[in-house]
Amino acid sequence: MERVAIIGAAQTKYERNKPDTFAEMIYEVVSKALEDAGITIKEVDNVVSVSSDFWDGRTISSMAISDASGAFGKDITTVEGDGTFGALYGMMRILSGSFGCTVVCAHHKGTESNMRGITNTAFDPLVERRLGLDSINSAALQARRYMSKWGVWEEQFARVSVKNHGNAMRNPLAMLPMEITVDDVMASRKLADPLKLLDCSPVTDGAAALILAAERNAKKWTTNKKRVWMKGVGHCSDAFRLGDRDLADTRALKQAAKKAYAMAGISDPLKEIDVAEICDAFSYMELMWLEGLGFCDDGMGAEFVERGHADFDGALPVNPSGGRLSAHPVQVAGLAAMAECVLQVRGEAGERQVDGVETALAHGINGMCGQAHCVWILGK
Amino acid sequence: MGIETAGAAAVPRRSQRRFKQVREVIDALRHGTRRNTRRLAAKREVKQLSDWKDQVEVMVHHGKISVPYSWTVGSTLSKWYVLMRDKGEIWANRCPSCGKVYVPPKIKCNDCYKDMNDWVKLPGTGILESYTVVHYSEPVIQPQEPPIIYGLVKMDGADTAMVHLMGEVEPEQLMVGMRVEAVMSEEREANIFDIRYFRPSAGGEA
Repeated sequence: MERVAIIGAAQTKYERNKPDTFAEMIYEVVSKALEDAGITIKEVDNVVSVSSDFWDGRTISSMAISDASGAFGKDITTVEGDGTFGALYGMMRILSGSFGCTVVCAHHKGTESNMRGITNTAFDPLVERRLGLDSINSAALQARRYMSKWGVWEEQFARVSVKNHGNAMRNPLAMLPMEITVDDVMASRKLADPLKLLDCSPVTDGAAALILAAERNAKKWTTNKKRVWMKGVGHCSDAFRLGDRDLADTRALKQAAKKAYAMAGISDPLKEIDVAEICDAFSYMELMWLEGLGFCDDGMGAEFVERGHADFDGALPVNPSGGRLSAHPVQVAGLAAMAECVLQVRGEAGERQVDGVETALAHGINGMCGQAHCVWILGK
Repeated sequence: MGIETAGAAAVPRRSQRRFKQVREVIDALRHGTRRNTRRLAAKREVKQLSDWKDQVEVMVHHGKISVPYSWTVGSTLSKWYVLMRDKGEIWANRCPSCGKVYVPPKIKCNDCYKDMNDWVKLPGTGILESYTVVHYSEPVIQPQEPPIIYGLVKMDGADTAMVHLMGEVEPEQLMVGMRVEAVMSEEREANIFDIRYFRPSAGGEA
């Protein structure tokens, strides 16, 4: 099978109340990603955009940014979900043989709307929506369920927030670089018990883009150093309704990881993966997903982080970018994680560069409380 | 057919573009390869954009989208709501294949992908699997003023849990594993608020 490489990557700076329009952000990241790849828009033959109509406040939100994405006169299609799923679709389009170079771009402006109102509409209007559920209070139910199932404490969630905001100090693109302590997190405003303000990712604006190329094109256009191979991918979704799943269970992520590891030939993820960008939309999620990804046993995520294994200089640096806790442009999140992994594999991550990265893992979620997961293995 | 006169104004657009391209080639020959020039041009363009965009007073247009919807409840959930409205009872349905009992009822089993025609009446009691006390106010979506307590309740006789409001309980009394029971609304309209809330029930911790 022909391989697919990521040959270009770009992100905007992540900010609150960004003065750019959706199209301006997309134009910025696509043109920077093309420049990064050293190709022009002429070499691109299709675009996969990632956006959400409800967040954008318009229908067919992809069409409004199609010319800015470089899709004018080309094929464009859209994924409504996380950027990792857009990249999956982009890769499949190349592997089908129909396309040779795909732009995958995602945009999100959370500050233009009402986050709680928008995430409330993700719930079934016939049952839970009228109760007032949203992304924060549903996550709180998951956090408490996880705590009681495995005996995890709020302070252990806070440790993730301290680590990731601290990591963001090295990332000029991050929105919330902060040197904070566990006490700061514990003392921050209570939003929905057990979650406090600093356990939750911020509402953020931003965009990201990747340029994917078929092996034949990647080798023609770029140097070895620029190419980062899409070595493995897996995705899986769980039940829609919160009560239909065990919220403390990570079975969908386990399936997704299993597929991605099998495709990439990974048997011992902790040994073979050098850096991971994991969806930490809420502090506790990083712990749960570390378990689901097989970096530690079920219920041991908190200990893994407490022992410093996930620190910047730990056995597996997790979210050296600062993660979603430091900037969370929702649909962009997973694509940003992938862009960060591209920089890490190339050795171009600047101050946040982890030493000797050969293989990186990027992870994105879709749906409330991690209903669906997509896991990517990227490497040299 | 007229004769084209000389002068910039009369030069067709295509020719103007051609002149520009020629000029670019000349520039390229002066300053390096054409490829480099193109790259420089691209960089220059981005730089120019950021040159002036910081000085612009950026406008924000405020708007609101209000679109009415009429969502069909469907036969499965309609049956559930009608039983709740008319009899004040909470029912569930069961997968004929694996026996899993779902509440609220579903049209098919997640695991078996089969129709679920077996209906079972639940006693309305259960165990609190998780809860949260919401402190923030969001009038657009919230059914009442905060603090609002949500519970994830695993009802006796069901294999799935249900999210609903908790009532007649102080936040500090909440405990995972505590026994709870549904309190039905006096006036029921065949929607989720026919269950008023869940409250702690006799029997204490499970």
